Amino acid sequence: MSAELFFQYIAAGITYGIIYAIVAIGFNIIYNTTGIINFAQGEFLMLGSMIAISLHDFMPLFPSIVLAVIITMFIGALIELLFIRWLEGPSILRMIIITIGISILIRELALAIWGESVRALPYFTGDEVTSVSIGVVKVSPQVLWVVGICILMVIILQIFFQFTLLGRKMRACATNPMAARLCGINTKNMVTLSFMLSALIGAVAGCVVSPITYSQYNMGTGLAIKGFTVAILGGLGNSLAALGGGIVLGLLESFSVWVMPSAYKDAISIAILLIILFVRPTGLFGSKETMALKEF
Amino acid sequence: MKHFYKIALLVIVLIGLQVTVTMTDRVYYLTQLTMAAYYTMAVLGLTLLMGYAGQISLGHAGFFAIGGYTSAVLTTFNLRPYSDSILFRLLDTLHLLQRREDLYGELIINVNPVIAMVLAIVISAVIAYVIGIPVLKLKGHYLAMATLGFGIIVYRIVLGTPVFGEADGISDVPPFFFFGNFGISGDMDLRIQNYYIAWAFVVLILFILMNLLDSRVGRALRAIHGAEDASKSVGVDTAEYKLKTFVLSAVIASMAGVCLTHFNGGIGPSEASVMKSIRYVSIVAAGGMASLWGTMFMSTFLNFMSLRGYFGSYDDAVFGGILILIMLFAPEGILSLSFRRWFSKLFSPAEDG
Repeated sequence: MSAELFFQYIAAGITYGIIYAIVAIGFNIIYNTTGIINFAQGEFLMLGSMIAISLHDFMPLFPSIVLAVIITMFIGALIELLFIRWLEGPSILRMIIITIGISILIRELALAIWGESVRALPYFTGDEVTSVSIGVVKVSPQVLWVVGICILMVIILQIFFQFTLLGRKMRACATNPMAARLCGINTKNMVTLSFMLSALIGAVAGCVVSPITYSQYNMGTGLAIKGFTVAILGGLGNSLAALGGGIVLGLLESFSVWVMPSAYKDAISIAILLIILFVRPTGLFGSKETMALKEF
Repeated sequence: MKHFYKIALLVIVLIGLQVTVTMTDRVYYLTQLTMAAYYTMAVLGLTLLMGYAGQISLGHAGFFAIGGYTSAVLTTFNLRPYSDSILFRLLDTLHLLQRREDLYGELIINVNPVIAMVLAIVISAVIAYVIGIPVLKLKGHYLAMATLGFGIIVYRIVLGTPVFGEADGISDVPPFFFFGNFGISGDMDLRIQNYYIAWAFVVLILFILMNLLDSRVGRALRAIHGAEDASKSVGVDTAEYKLKTFVLSAVIASMAGVCLTHFNGGIGPSEASVMKSIRYVSIVAAGGMASLWGTMFMSTFLNFMSLRGYFGSYDDAVFGGILILIMLFAPEGILSLSFRRWFSKLFSPAEDG
């Protein structure tokens, strides 16, 4: 393997890793406020990109993305209002099954609306063949968009959760819902908000990756599983660690193509997920003590 | 024989069903009822695991596929080029080989489906045992994801490996005759016979599981479902029971896979898909989670409807919808719903129901 190819693999790995990290962060936000893993998380990416593609027929690229993100946010809120909000102390088994059901319904709905065709948003700048050189590596400008926007989202989220009142309220719900309620925080609204936020992140990610990965009604499942792998790798609930976990998985996956047929590429990341679950369920960066306090 | 009357009633219903179907000239229904029976077998095993032991498995179609594919590969693999080997001669003297002619009159020599069935059971039991040890230590989301991951890996391997026919699956699987012309076969003329064979399997599984649940094992499983730590503290070997249940349900699923593959004369990757696993889960949920009879009833009904194509292209959506509705409104299953209480609660909200 030449040095050039090696760095090319690294670039591809990092790009995909960051995409997975964004999905993982979507998982984390909902997990942190509700203790639920939202199995429909991947569907937010699909919805965001598919809606944006449909809207792009009528309007320029950026307004259509913004509108698609807003619509997806409302779908996220709607899901919470319809299926989660009024359940009292549901068991985890019940919540898992409900969110799986939601993801199937969304997917089937998307199939009915958009059919099986593979679509994509146009490249934000340039087209398929334009490339930017970074050192020895040549990447598409869209990759820079993906990396830039995703990193920006992580920073904004950190600021939101650390320094704004709303973000602090949401964190309070995560730490201790009962205490948060006693302090006058409307925990139920915070849960709705976390679904909206998670849908927002998913939709934005879906839109920026669409030119590279293409969009189809069933794109969500694969991304969701990898996102979950990354969330576990980083330690469930820890968003900054998810970024690190994402890059680790992206690189592993990228180099796995080198040693085995690409048909098994998906199996690799899942095998990694299983190994992590068996060996170190607290994640690479998590600690046993904090994990023991959590319910999953 | 505590369950004798229930089983007898089921047998009468099954015979009645066959007679009605034959009298009304709708014998073709029996094909779907037979297929539904094999799916029901797999789902019953899952009920034991999910409903009674409380361990979710989102990868059960994986075991179904392991059984089906093992048998399909073994019984379609032509051994003729290897006819000089010792193993071949050994199998031949034991009458464990099958000779038949393909479409062009060429002689094909396969292993007998009996070997295939035994091997399928052994393989799935070993796989279930090996992955069960680490998987069953997990709980909640992690358990769900790990079993889902297992299912996807099986699906990917089936889809990406030439031996398993990749996206086409394996066809031309020979029938599984127990003796003479009696056995699992997709032959139109043997429909009635196959219907009874399939349901005999279901009744047998049902009988075994019911007795198992009434025994010490059943009580242990219920204790694990209720409170794992508590049952551990009173001396229930939770890990052991969970693992055994997992292996048993995997073996049942894999047997069902073997049977259905011989009945259909082939198997495709869709049998291993995640959607199939989720469908099994939704049937268990619809049947009331911890209810073998409920599961059997719902499984027969839903699979029959689905196989007859009543759900059209909304097949998956129907099962997704069932999952949500059941889990939202009747987590104990449809059959458990007490409509009277529900109505009275609806009209007098002040009363604490």
